[in-house]
Amino acid sequence: MSDKDTVEVAARTPEVQQPYKELGLTADEYQKIRDILRRRPTAAELALYSVMWSEHCSYKSSKVHLRNLAPTKDQARYLLAGIGANAGVVDIGQGYAVTFKIESHNHPSFVEPHQGAATGIGGIVRDILAMGARPVAVMDALRFGPADAHDTARVLPGVVSGISFYGNCLGLPNIGGELSFDPCYVGNPLVNALCVGLMKHDDLKSAVATGTGNKVVLFGSRTGPDGVGGASVLASATFGGAEPGSAGGEDGGRASKRPSVQVGDPFMEKLLVECCLELYAADLIEGIQDLGAAGVACATTELSAGGDGGMFVDMDAIPLRDPNLTPAEILMSESQERMMAVVRPEHVEAFMAICRKWDVEATVIGEVTADDTLTMTWRGGTVVKIPPRTAADGPVYQRPLARPGTQDALQANGPDGLARPADGAALRDTLLTLLGSPGLADKRWVTQQYDSLVRGNTVLAMPQDGGLIRVGEETGLGIALATDGNGRYCTLDPYQGTQLALAEAYRNVAMTGAVPVAVTNCLNFGSPEDPAVMWQLAEAVRGLGDGCKHLGIPVTGGNVSLYNQTGATAIHPTPVIGVLGVHDDVTKRLGAGFAVEGAEVVLLGRTEPEFGGSAWAEVAHQHLGGRPPAVDLDAERRLAALVVAAASAGVLASAHDLSDGGLAIALAEACLHGGRGCAVVLSGDPFTALFSESAGRALVSVAVGREREFAALCQEHDVPATVLGIASGDTLTAEGVFQVPVTELKQVWSGTLPAIFG
Amino acid sequence: MRIGVVTFPGSLDDIDAARAVRYAGAEPVPLWHADHDLRGVDAVILPGGFSYGDYLRCGAIARFSPVMTELIPAARAGLPVLGICNGFQILCEAHLLPGALARNAGLRFIHADVRLTVVNARTPWTGALADGQHLVVPVKNGEGAFVADEATLDELERTGRVVVRYTDGAPNGSSRDIAGICNEDGNVFGLMPHPEHAVDPLTGPSADGLGFFTSVVAAFAGTGTAAGARL
Repeated sequence: MSDKDTVEVAARTPEVQQPYKELGLTADEYQKIRDILRRRPTAAELALYSVMWSEHCSYKSSKVHLRNLAPTKDQARYLLAGIGANAGVVDIGQGYAVTFKIESHNHPSFVEPHQGAATGIGGIVRDILAMGARPVAVMDALRFGPADAHDTARVLPGVVSGISFYGNCLGLPNIGGELSFDPCYVGNPLVNALCVGLMKHDDLKSAVATGTGNKVVLFGSRTGPDGVGGASVLASATFGGAEPGSAGGEDGGRASKRPSVQVGDPFMEKLLVECCLELYAADLIEGIQDLGAAGVACATTELSAGGDGGMFVDMDAIPLRDPNLTPAEILMSESQERMMAVVRPEHVEAFMAICRKWDVEATVIGEVTADDTLTMTWRGGTVVKIPPRTAADGPVYQRPLARPGTQDALQANGPDGLARPADGAALRDTLLTLLGSPGLADKRWVTQQYDSLVRGNTVLAMPQDGGLIRVGEETGLGIALATDGNGRYCTLDPYQGTQLALAEAYRNVAMTGAVPVAVTNCLNFGSPEDPAVMWQLAEAVRGLGDGCKHLGIPVTGGNVSLYNQTGATAIHPTPVIGVLGVHDDVTKRLGAGFAVEGAEVVLLGRTEPEFGGSAWAEVAHQHLGGRPPAVDLDAERRLAALVVAAASAGVLASAHDLSDGGLAIALAEACLHGGRGCAVVLSGDPFTALFSESAGRALVSVAVGREREFAALCQEHDVPATVLGIASGDTLTAEGVFQVPVTELKQVWSGTLPAIFG
Repeated sequence: MRIGVVTFPGSLDDIDAARAVRYAGAEPVPLWHADHDLRGVDAVILPGGFSYGDYLRCGAIARFSPVMTELIPAARAGLPVLGICNGFQILCEAHLLPGALARNAGLRFIHADVRLTVVNARTPWTGALADGQHLVVPVKNGEGAFVADEATLDELERTGRVVVRYTDGAPNGSSRDIAGICNEDGNVFGLMPHPEHAVDPLTGPSADGLGFFTSVVAAFAGTGTAAGARL
C-alpha cells in the first residue's frame, strides 16, 4: 500500500485500515487528521503527522503549563529571541549575543548508550547552529541508577564514551554538568545535553521559508533508515517493565527499539558547522532549520508553517543511503548531521560552492510556493498535500492532574527520627562516607574523557561550580554556565524543589563572578497520562516561572521529556535547570578551591536544621521524606550580588556554593580543589553546621589583607557572614570535632568511581 | 616570522595553534589542506584534531592531502615542522617521523595535565628550553601511545631524538614514556601533548607550552632560517 499511496488513492479508498496506533497516535488524533484533510491520510502523511504530533515534537501535554514561563517585559530586557525559536538568544553586550539550550536524549541513551548520548550532543549543537551562532561549548547533566547496579555498568560507560567520542571529535569543549545516581533512574537514565553558541547581534537566523520561488536545499549527510520514528515510538513512549512476561519482554523492549536510535558522525557535523558558518558569513541564507527529531517531516512543516506560503518538495531528489526507503520512512528518518536551508535562486550556485569546499553534499529538493500547502511528490505521484500549520501546531491537551494521595505521608515522614552521628569520630566517619559516595565522589573518571580545552577560551570547567568561557580575548568578556537538578527535593515538593534547582544553578554561576541573566530547562518526568506525574510537572513549571520572575531573569527555551518511567513507576520528577551568566572580566574569575595560604574562610548565608531529601539522609539512611530546604530567592539575589561585587573588586580568593552534603562537603571540596587544608570553628550543633542543606549559602575565602573590605561588602549587601577560620596547612580541622588530612580526603574522594568502573 | 597552521577537514586545535604563534610574536598564516601551496611560510604546524574524521587510521588520509605533498619535501629540505597530537600522527603516517601512535592503554580517551621533561633542548622547537626542564602541559587523545620496534626506540634514544618525555609515567602507554620525537635533522618535531593549550594560565594549566613556539621564533631570528639549527 505504502508504495503508491498517493493523495488520489487515499481519497478513493477511505476504508483502508491504517497503522496509526503503531505510530503512536490515538484514535481521536487519527480522526482529527482525517477531519483536517477531509479524507484519510496517505501513508506518508500519516507518518508525518505521527511524528509531528508526538509528545516529543508537539509538547501537547506540557504546552498549557509552559505558558507560565513566558517572560514578562522586565525579564525580557536582554532577549533577542525567545521561546518558540530553536533556542532563545540573549544580549550579553559589546555587540555579542548568546544562545543556549538543554535537551534530553534519555530513551535513545538507554537503548544504545554510546550512539544515544553521542547524537544527543549532535542534535543540540545543530539547534544552536540553526540560530546563526557558532557553538562554543557543551555540558552534560547525567543521571543513572545506583553506581553499582548491573545495568549502570552498561549504560554509564557507554554514555560517557558517546559524549567523549562525539563532542571531542566535533571540537567543542565540555565545560561541566552533573553526574548523579539514584535507583529511580536504573531503567530510565537521564542524559541531558546543553550547548551554548555565540554570535553577533546581526547574525540571528530564523526558521522560516519565505519568498515564493526560493529554493529549499537539504545538505549534510544522506538520509538513511536510522532513527525512524525516534520522536514518536521511542521518545514519546514508556519502556516496559523489566519483569519477564511484561509487554516489553525481558529487556523492557530495548532490543526492538534499537533501530529507532540514530547513528552519529561527528566529523560530518564538524564540516556542517564550518560550512554553515561560512554560508552565514556570505549571507546566502533566507531561513534555516536543523534536522533533529522527525527529520524531513519536521523541517519542511516548520519552515513552511513559519513562512508566508507553502512548500513543494520533490522527494525523489532527496539523497538516500538506502534506495528502498518508502516516503514514510524518508519523512520519519532521524539520520544525523543534516540541515535544511531556504536560498534565493540567484544564491544557489554560491551556496553549492561553499558546500563543495567543505565536502558537504547539498541538493535542491524543492521550493517555496505561494499557496498555503505543503506538497510532496514521489515517483510521479503526490504523496503529501497538507496545510503545514496543522502538522506544526499539534493538539493541545489539558491532561488531568492530581496531587498524589501519598504526598502528605511522604512529607510527614521527615528525617527527625533518623540516628545522627553523636561525637567527633562519628561526624568524621559521616563526612568520609558522604565524600566517597558515588554522587559526591571525584567525577574525574568521567570528565577526563572529555576535552575541556579546545578552542582555547575555557577559563573554568569541571570540577568548578560553573563553566566559564572567554568571549572577547581583548575585553575579557565571558559567559558562565551551570546546570542543576535534584529529583529527591522535587519528589518531596516539585514546586520548591524546582526553585531549589534554579537557585543552585543561579548561585553556581554567581560563584564564578558572573551575573546570572537567563535560564534554560530540561523537564524530565514520567508519563503525562498519570495524573500524579502531571501534577508534578505543573507544580515544577509553576515553581520555575515564579522563581524566574522573582529573580528577574527569563526562561529562554527548553525541552520537555516525558514517559521517563519503567512500567508503572515514574522517575523522580527531575527538572534540570541551566543558568547563563555574563562575566565582565574573566581574569577576575573565582575558583572553588582554597587558592591562597592564610586566607580567611567565611560562611555566607544562614544555616537551619534542614535534612529532608539531603545527601546525608540518602547515603546514611537511604531515606527520602519530609520537606526540602526552604527557598528564599531574595536572599539568593543578595548573595549572588555580593559575590559578583567582591570578585570584581578582587576581594575574594575563592567561592564555592553549598549544596548536597552541606558545609562538610563544601569544606572538603575547597580543600581538595585548592590542595590546601583549613582550620574552622563550628558554631552551634556541629551536625547541623556540617550536614544541613539550607539553601542560599556559600563558602568563600578572602584575599589576605582585604578582610575588612569584604565584611563591609557583606553588610552592604545584607548577607549574613560567619568567619569560620583560615585556609592553611594540609589538614581539614573542625576545632574540637575532628581532623582529616587532605591526603585522606583525596584517597576517599578519588577512589570510588575507578573502583566501580575500572 | 610567518608560521603556517594547516587546517584539514576535522582539524580542531588550529585556532589554538595560531593563537600560540601570535603569543610567541610570530604571524600565523592559515594553510588549507586542499591547496598545493605553503604560502612561503618559515615554519609549519600540523594542529590537533581528527583530520578526515580519523577514518581508516589517525592521520592516514591527511598524509595524502595536497598540502602534504608540498610539505613533505619541504620538511625533508629542512623546513621546521611541528606536529601536535593528530599532527604527530600525520607526521608518522607521512614517514617524516618513525613509529606510530596506537590506542591508549586503557582504551579510553584521556584528558589530563601532565609533567613533561625536556630531553633535547637543541632542536629549533626547544632551543629556548633547557635540558631537564619540567613543563606542565595537557594531553588529550584516544590514540596517543607511541610505539616502535626496539631497535628504533634504541636508535631514537642513542641519537638524542627523544625530545620530551612524560615525567611521571606515560598516561597512555607510550613506549619508554616518550611524549615527543624529532627527525634526524631535528627540524621535524612531533608530540602528543598540547603545548598550544598551555600558553596562558587563564585558559590552561600553565604558560609552559609557549616555550616551544618562542624557541622556533628565536631560532629563526638567530639564523635567518630556523632550518639552520641542527642537532
